Amino acid sequence: MSSLVSVRALTRVFDVSKPWLNRVLERLPKRKLTAVSDVSFEVAENTVYALVGESGSGKSTIGKMVVGLLPPSDGIVEIEGVNLATETDAAKIDTVRSDIQMIFQDPYASLNPRWKVGNIIEEPAVANGDPTDGLAEKLLEQVGLSASDVDKFPHEFSGGQRQRICVARALASEPKLIVCDEPTSALDVSVQAQVLNLMSDLKDEFGLTYLFISHDLTVIQHMADRIGVLYLGRLVEEASPDALFDSPKHPYTQMLLEAAPRMDGFGREVDPPEGEIPDPINPPTGCAFHPRCPIAIERCARERPQLETLGGSRRVACFLAETESA
Amino acid sequence: MSQPVLSVRDLIVEIPTRNGLLKPVDGVSYDIAPGEILGVVGESGAGKSMTGNAVIGLLDRPARIASGEIYLGGERIDNLSLSQLRRYRGKQIGMVFQDPLTSLNPLLPIGDQLTETILEHLGVSSAEAEKRAIRALEEVGIPAAAERIGSYPHEFSGGMRQRVVIALALCAEPSLVIADEPTTALDVSVQAQITSLLKRLCRERGMAVMLVTHDMGVIAETADRVAVMYAGKLAELGDVRDVITTPRHPYTEGLMGSTPLASKGKSRLHQIPGNMPRLGNLPAGCAFHPRCPYTQEKCREEPGPRLKTCDGRAACWYPLAGAQAGQGVA
Repeated sequence: MSSLVSVRALTRVFDVSKPWLNRVLERLPKRKLTAVSDVSFEVAENTVYALVGESGSGKSTIGKMVVGLLPPSDGIVEIEGVNLATETDAAKIDTVRSDIQMIFQDPYASLNPRWKVGNIIEEPAVANGDPTDGLAEKLLEQVGLSASDVDKFPHEFSGGQRQRICVARALASEPKLIVCDEPTSALDVSVQAQVLNLMSDLKDEFGLTYLFISHDLTVIQHMADRIGVLYLGRLVEEASPDALFDSPKHPYTQMLLEAAPRMDGFGREVDPPEGEIPDPINPPTGCAFHPRCPIAIERCARERPQLETLGGSRRVACFLAETESA
Repeated sequence: MSQPVLSVRDLIVEIPTRNGLLKPVDGVSYDIAPGEILGVVGESGAGKSMTGNAVIGLLDRPARIASGEIYLGGERIDNLSLSQLRRYRGKQIGMVFQDPLTSLNPLLPIGDQLTETILEHLGVSSAEAEKRAIRALEEVGIPAAAERIGSYPHEFSGGMRQRVVIALALCAEPSLVIADEPTTALDVSVQAQITSLLKRLCRERGMAVMLVTHDMGVIAETADRVAVMYAGKLAELGDVRDVITTPRHPYTEGLMGSTPLASKGKSRLHQIPGNMPRLGNLPAGCAFHPRCPYTQEKCREEPGPRLKTCDGRAACWYPLAGAQAGQGVA
């Protein structure tokens, strides 16, 4: 299986300094926020790669860099072997760009309220110069809405229906890769089930590849073929869903899974995890998780662990993962 | 059983509109005992928050309590005047909202916001009020509370802010706390901290908690009993373990089935067909019948039974028995 997306040593630093005059007058140093730090992963064709992490872990920033909405500070994003940031052949850029689409979290904010649904859905095809006859009608039916909805406006639809419109729009340019940034977080569980089922069906029908970003472990477990766990902009563990949920190896993954509420956890008393995600402007030295880690050793504060392959296809960034499992 | 802290009887909330009368809460009855956490679940628009707001008297006009009774510690509170209600709000009933940033005043240090509530309701000196404010912050797990009391809300993280809101709700030692989606805006690890804090305080102080949320996992772990709402009505009310493992109402069954937690290992999630009907356009008969896999003639014609007049747990003409349950989720 070839990989459609290849992300190597991706880093993104935001400058969050005060304006320069304040800096000069108040003698403040520049402040840099490292949102994503040295992240590498591959997404195979026709699979779902999920990025999971808490707020501030950099998952949305990675998503934006993959679609090209943000330039990386360092590192490479290759889609179908083309690096959009450095490629100079305009024709190649155009083909690759039309293969990428995105679905956003908030279906209320991501549809233009003044446009008719038909125009919204056709827009990616229009931008590519593709024919649009009957396209919106066909796509609306494919996502479970009615062809007669083309002349309606977004406000006439419920949250779940709007997210279906977003899915239809994403499909209009016949993409290969869809980056889904928290596609169901704004929806109720029963509507979430409908949208997730729709996304699975479309994936099989059109041979799509999803980069699926979510903070919801249960959704991730259901959808993903491969999961990357992020903490403070770093990939700490990567594995298949079964391996990850049955035997998490990184202490952060273990903490996250332990803290997640369960349907059968009646009256469960969990020791809630200590502390919160540290400030990304001044991340801890060494392993970013070591101040909260129950098994941290002295080395963790000094040295940053690299992602190491462990037992087949799993990758873990922890010095103690191997000894823990042994 | 001791006297319930909160009793709601046949509560109906109405909103008059140009297109007729809407009933976002329609005939809801429940009790909450001291030290008990009642979870209220349902989809958006089911009337969960509206029920909580009616209890604390925060209904926005033109919504109004049309009929029904609300008793707090045996005293009727639904017909109080605004000035009488003020004595209850904050003192007897604490409220925790979803978004901690919008429920704190950004221009006041958190200490002032806490002492304001304490001075208003407890009638103590301001020095004593400050002491109590610090104690309240310590109790919800804010480190170095005495120093942080002069901090502004923006200086806290989301989880810490929600702790401040909980401290604020608890500082006048209410007997009932209404928590409306208290952890929805928070990360999983912080959510675990907040729910375990709520559970601990509820146990230690014997206060009653009404926990409104749409997260089944949170309900399962936190609540003692659960009320499932659909289109303004109670669909099911019972012990949390029973409701989740052996739902009697077809809607509860569908709702539980559609959470990804419940469909482990299945390639497709169970989905309830269709959408929740709009309040202005409720179907005749039982409001759930067009989406129900077990619909029969009676469901189409007669409105669903009220809890109490029927099987006792589920407001359904044909509640699911153990053996039948699960067939609709195939």
